Amino acid sequence: MHVKAQIGMVMNLDKCIGCHTCSVTCKQVWTNRPGTEHVWFNNVETKPGMGYPKRYEDQEQWKGGWTLDKKGKLQLKAGGQIKKLVNIFWNPNLPTIDDYYDPWTYDYATLTNAPLTDRDPVVVPESQLTGKKQPVTWGPNWEDDLAGAPEYARRDPNLEAMEQQVAFEFEQAFMFYLPRICEHCLNPSCVASCPSGAMYKREEDGIVLVDQQKCRGWRFCVSGCPYKKVYFNHNTGKAEKCTLCYPRIENGLPTVCSETCVGRLRYLGVVLYDADRVEEAASTPDEKDLVEAQRSIFLDPDDPDVRAQASRDGIPDDWMDAARRSPVYALAMRYHVALPLHPEFRTLPMVWYVPPLSPVMDAVESMTYDTDPDDIFPAIDSLRIPVQYLANLLTAGDTETIRFVLKRLAAMRRYMREKEVGGEVNRAEAASVGMETDELESLYRLLAIAKYEDRYVIPKAHTELGDRMMIQQGACGLDFDGGPGNCGIVAPQRPFDSHFMLVEWAEDGFPDNAGLTDPAEEGETISLLDMLPRHRPSQPEAAG
Amino acid sequence: MTVTEALLWVALPYVATVIFIGGHIWRYRRDQFGWTCRSTQILENRLLAPGSILFHYGTLAAIGGHALGILVPASLTAFFGITEAYYHIISAGAGTVASIAVLAGLIILIYRRATVRRVWVTTTWLDIAAYTALTVVILLGVWDTVVTNTFGGGYDYRSTVAEWFRSLLIFQPKPSLMTNVPFMYRIHVTLAWLLYAVWPFTRLVHAWSAPFQYLGRPYILYRRRFAPSGRFQIGARR
Repeated sequence: MHVKAQIGMVMNLDKCIGCHTCSVTCKQVWTNRPGTEHVWFNNVETKPGMGYPKRYEDQEQWKGGWTLDKKGKLQLKAGGQIKKLVNIFWNPNLPTIDDYYDPWTYDYATLTNAPLTDRDPVVVPESQLTGKKQPVTWGPNWEDDLAGAPEYARRDPNLEAMEQQVAFEFEQAFMFYLPRICEHCLNPSCVASCPSGAMYKREEDGIVLVDQQKCRGWRFCVSGCPYKKVYFNHNTGKAEKCTLCYPRIENGLPTVCSETCVGRLRYLGVVLYDADRVEEAASTPDEKDLVEAQRSIFLDPDDPDVRAQASRDGIPDDWMDAARRSPVYALAMRYHVALPLHPEFRTLPMVWYVPPLSPVMDAVESMTYDTDPDDIFPAIDSLRIPVQYLANLLTAGDTETIRFVLKRLAAMRRYMREKEVGGEVNRAEAASVGMETDELESLYRLLAIAKYEDRYVIPKAHTELGDRMMIQQGACGLDFDGGPGNCGIVAPQRPFDSHFMLVEWAEDGFPDNAGLTDPAEEGETISLLDMLPRHRPSQPEAAG
Repeated sequence: MTVTEALLWVALPYVATVIFIGGHIWRYRRDQFGWTCRSTQILENRLLAPGSILFHYGTLAAIGGHALGILVPASLTAFFGITEAYYHIISAGAGTVASIAVLAGLIILIYRRATVRRVWVTTTWLDIAAYTALTVVILLGVWDTVVTNTFGGGYDYRSTVAEWFRSLLIFQPKPSLMTNVPFMYRIHVTLAWLLYAVWPFTRLVHAWSAPFQYLGRPYILYRRRFAPSGRFQIGARR
């Protein structure tokens, strides 16, 4: 057992109203720059729908994530290291800008400079890539609220994988929102796909970052990520991705998307996991066992053996304390109501979801209210959102796990209603889903009324141990074009495993440091890129 | 040795090499962030596939051919029983195939950059300089390979150009070897030095980042933010 800590997230889809506040605030903070117009580290998709970029979930098309070879060994789905080098001049699996959307703006000067006329002046959309006027034919959220569903939603890979037919007539349609960020996976295929070794997982908190100094723009991370949450900045020629707002996380603050979520549906907390068993869990033969396999490598922070080993592995005491209070651990492991997104990609994602319940209760109430509580459960299969659809999204198609979670959530609501309205405590209700009444009430409090400090249990980074922070400055994913970072140096690489490797930051003057030096000693760094005028269209100010 | 010969066949190669090496060191130390191939694949995918693949593999073949023709003395190939006629067939044949690949790739890439507006707007004047230098050098090289060597009478560059190049490597330059070299060879060589001189300042630097270290590397990389207990540990798991 080798204990590592990870900052994980859970989103309660039951509460997402699709307002896109998370997307907009994230965009304003992180990707409001030339080169990242099409980039949304956080986006909210309406499901069913093709998603962003189009059909990203279809790995037969995009070849993201991992697969098992004939011997049962974990391999990148797009091919191994030799195949990557052979394909380095042209990546056969890379989405193009049109798979995201051609970013556009408007010629706002037309409005401000318009003379007094009888007719209102109109602005015409123009591409932010070329400056040319062009009609808008696709956008980051073109399918919002099932817009165009008869045409587009059927091409949702999760729907295509369903046996039963799904109708898109108004009376039968279903939908819910799926907010997505980088999954900060335990077994990240983007990191594995990066030929330059520029991508890495932080040992302390599991955040996956791109070293902007080391990235050479080979683009295999973009295609290697099955969630398509690594993006190519077409201005700098480097990859960028969600940073889990690590400057905030290090200070004990939630990410911007969490902080600004009006539905308060996001939870952030520490999860301890056994780093020795990550590859084993990701290699689980049957896809449907992957959720349980991932759960099996999460470690119980109350277990004395785990605590002892965590201490030996250098997990600070306050992190152990945070792990015990972690809402993410509670939802995923104590109550078993959170599930990972597309576990079949075998990346062991660390942003989990509570499946949406609201449409469930409508159906359940109409059929079974005030009858035998056991009768809730048959109704689960005649819900508006098909169990199979949720299963394709969250459990690699295993409907039993979805039913289990939905039953717990349904039972929780029913129990709480009976308690609040009728004043009676129904132990049978709790027992029917394998829980004690106090557990059911704790789950209710966590899902319904948890306060800021209950939803975000984030231990601060240990700056007193950060004796080498200066030399890492800039290599941590913040030094993009227009970003706040600066140059840094990177270390020699030393193997410790066939699948995993710890790359140490270099001390000053490492001979094999490949000529990189501390900018503090060398004076200011330059960027040839920044010095060059380009034929780019002028970037108007953001819509105002 | 005239002044022109001294400049073209002694000074230019050494100055270009100094700029080439020094420029790379300077750029690598100061401009890690700008060190990228600056791919435009995300902006245009279809033309890039034949263009980039033909160009790069053709170029690799051409580089290999240059290494064979220039660095390996004729006496060495003769020692292994490769006659001049046999060598000529190999070099002209393989050279023509590589030439066609490079040229076809280059034409597609230039067409793409010039006509696809999404790609064109990302183009800097340094890109144009690199493209121009590459195009001229490649056109001349293709001429020398295809027109002179394959379909023409052939030219034994191994006894002149190659010997001159190796004389530069051992710092005993023999510029007189270049005096009677055909004009098209001389201008190919001269402009190639200019290409080397602009190389470090363009996106061509990505050639040195060919990620061979990826082969055999463990897939997942961790980096440690803080030194455990202040002590610098390498590769330690526990």
